[in-house]
Amino acid sequence: MSKFRKRVIGTLLASSLASGLLATPALAQKIGLGRAALPEEVAAWDHDVRPDGLGLPEGSGDVLTGEELFSESCAVCHGEFAEGVDNWPKLAGGMGTLDRDDPLKTVGSYWPYLSTTWDYVHRSMPFGNAQSLSNDDVYAIVAYILYSNDLVDDDFVLSKETFTEVEMPNAGGFILDDRDTTELPAFIREPCMTECKDSVEITAHATVLDVTPNDTTDDGPVAEVVVATAEEPVPEAAVAEPAPEAAAEPAAETPADTAAADPELVAAGEKVFKKCAACHKVGDGAKNAVGPVLNGIVGRAAGTVEGFKYSKPMLDAGAGGLVWTHDELSAYLADPKGYMPKNKMSFAGLKKDSDLQAVIAYLSTFGQ
Amino acid sequence: MTDEPETTKAAPQIATTRRGFLGAGVAAGGALLGAGAARAAGPDPLITEVQPWAQGLGDGVDASPYGLPIRFEGDVVRRNVEWLTADTISSINFTPIHALDGTITPQGCAFERHHSGAIELAKEDYRLMINGLVDTPLIFTYADLERFPRETRTYFLECAANTGMEWAGSQLNGAQFTHGMIHNMDYTGVPLRLLLEEAGVKPEGKWVLVEGADASSNGRSIPLEKAMDDCLVAFKANGEALRKEHGYPVRLCVPGWEGNMWIKWLRRIEVGDQPWEQREETSKYTDTLADGTSRKFTWVMDAKSIVTSPSPQMPIKHGPGPLVITGLAWSGRGAITRVDVTVDGGKTWMPARLAAPGQDMAVSRFYLDHVWDGSEMLVQSRAIDSTGYVQPTKTELRDFRGLNSIYHNNCIQTWWVKANGEAENVEVS
Repeated sequence: MSKFRKRVIGTLLASSLASGLLATPALAQKIGLGRAALPEEVAAWDHDVRPDGLGLPEGSGDVLTGEELFSESCAVCHGEFAEGVDNWPKLAGGMGTLDRDDPLKTVGSYWPYLSTTWDYVHRSMPFGNAQSLSNDDVYAIVAYILYSNDLVDDDFVLSKETFTEVEMPNAGGFILDDRDTTELPAFIREPCMTECKDSVEITAHATVLDVTPNDTTDDGPVAEVVVATAEEPVPEAAVAEPAPEAAAEPAAETPADTAAADPELVAAGEKVFKKCAACHKVGDGAKNAVGPVLNGIVGRAAGTVEGFKYSKPMLDAGAGGLVWTHDELSAYLADPKGYMPKNKMSFAGLKKDSDLQAVIAYLSTFGQ
Repeated sequence: MTDEPETTKAAPQIATTRRGFLGAGVAAGGALLGAGAARAAGPDPLITEVQPWAQGLGDGVDASPYGLPIRFEGDVVRRNVEWLTADTISSINFTPIHALDGTITPQGCAFERHHSGAIELAKEDYRLMINGLVDTPLIFTYADLERFPRETRTYFLECAANTGMEWAGSQLNGAQFTHGMIHNMDYTGVPLRLLLEEAGVKPEGKWVLVEGADASSNGRSIPLEKAMDDCLVAFKANGEALRKEHGYPVRLCVPGWEGNMWIKWLRRIEVGDQPWEQREETSKYTDTLADGTSRKFTWVMDAKSIVTSPSPQMPIKHGPGPLVITGLAWSGRGAITRVDVTVDGGKTWMPARLAAPGQDMAVSRFYLDHVWDGSEMLVQSRAIDSTGYVQPTKTELRDFRGLNSIYHNNCIQTWWVKANGEAENVEVS
């Protein structure tokens, strides 16, 4: 081995030791992997919108149109007035509650930027059917959410142009992380080891709230009393935003009605079904989602789709012989909670008989 | 699972832990203090009689091509708290930290948090786009990523909401539920820096937006400095492919920072000159203080620790005498340098033993080899990291943040261990 080589190896070794052998090499030049993204590809994925409106597409939508769309696509979880259903997020109300116990954080009371609402509705909603709304639909729905928070009048039209005129009430309510200057000076310290306190008293017990899931083993010595007001501390993260659960269960009574179905009624039913599509899938290759797959629902015994976790009432009903005949399905879909209390489907129900007939006709076209 | 019935069969054995340990504890208890080994009352039939497993044959190889834990461990699983969320599709569950030891979290029981469910995305269908303020917007396939120089590093991922339910008072009875939104894995992947350099970040680029491929397309803004520092575009965890629920085939690791930023199913990275103020960094994952203002961009997870045993799900079953007090500690600001443990609610602290020297932004395991006198204890642990940060009490945190905060609760946790060995989640003065 030449002297020269030795020296190179020595240097390499020394430098890799100095860098701890951990870092990946600092590369002087590009590696040459990947390929250039085409403009169409970037356009297809780059949807984000910033507070200054950068990224907003052309388009517009008014409050009244938004109200209809909201009722159709959003109210299942968020309520007709954006007030929230069950544990689903409340989008309206809560003004002035942020400094109170248990603040209500909604688009109106908390969200600092309108762009966030537009962006989120556009990219992630409706739950289970994301990216299905047109830009105008999104403008309209966001206009309605503003209206439901009393932030605009009912003749308001939201568009790329009017967007920056809207000021969110809590726009000034945020500060950047200041722990470095507030908390760290207090918490970077010499820890006390002995005689740190004179006395110690228990001031709160978890068992006062009976909210811990039971062990599979049973009888946790744990909880005793009961209180459980759904507690506020809901973690948020957790709390987040899920969706309605399941819905009906397939049944198919006359699985074969198919042939008889009136094409116009079926077509109308397909439209009505959009209200259900956030949670239920039908057709070839459809799988369980938030709600069970609905292939073959008409005529099927309740609570029998394989692999779907039904509510107890639904399972009991199925075990008790409930079959989704046209009439049973009709009664259920008109008033899901009234028909079967505590079932999982958080859907308000179809008020119009014509919608009921249409959607059942549509569903009957899907066999097992 | 196919062996569910068997799991059930094993259950009575587990159940006795709770009902039976009282008697067992008392029986064993007397003998211990001061004594060496306890004396047996009579020969143990497990020794004196030939057992079936010593006589017959066990499973052959391939009985389980990808092995699962033995059925006796069937209760060491992720658990959900149903009342927290409206639906499991957008929800969270908890790592069974109470029953684990060491530091690495097995993928199969590492907590999950989804916003639109865990999707199936095949490697062949995977694309990663880099666009925005770059010289050349690029597309990478999974195979491209495998050709970049790679790193393997261990990092913890903690959800910002971990322990969030405990802000207003003690609520959930078990380390799994109070502290189980955490896991610690050995990740393999490509430094994000290399991918950004490949596209060429323009001088005005100061932030990156990272975004997932699922329907929630969860997006977060990350300062360019962090992106160029230690973020990792990971495709393996603990040596094997990521699990679907953790973002298969590719997720982002943002070491030391809140879990929501660790975008799963990572599909796009955009370079920009300002943050995007996405939903998950404004309406969520922000910390509302007592006066109603809220902190945002509170990315770093402060030093924190938890005694995993004894704890409500891990009562002491053996009576007085030698007791291993153990738990986990981590810090998003550096390495854990020390953990102290108290059994008297914080009057007196004892340094615990770290299983290994702490690593930056990774979980450390600690042990305190204690001799329990059988009286009740108020057990706490206190983490100290390489910046000198000492984990605060809940009262100290509330003094800064009030009662309405939810996220980033890194306070000291107290378990009230009673004389019978059962433990409960409490708060102390």
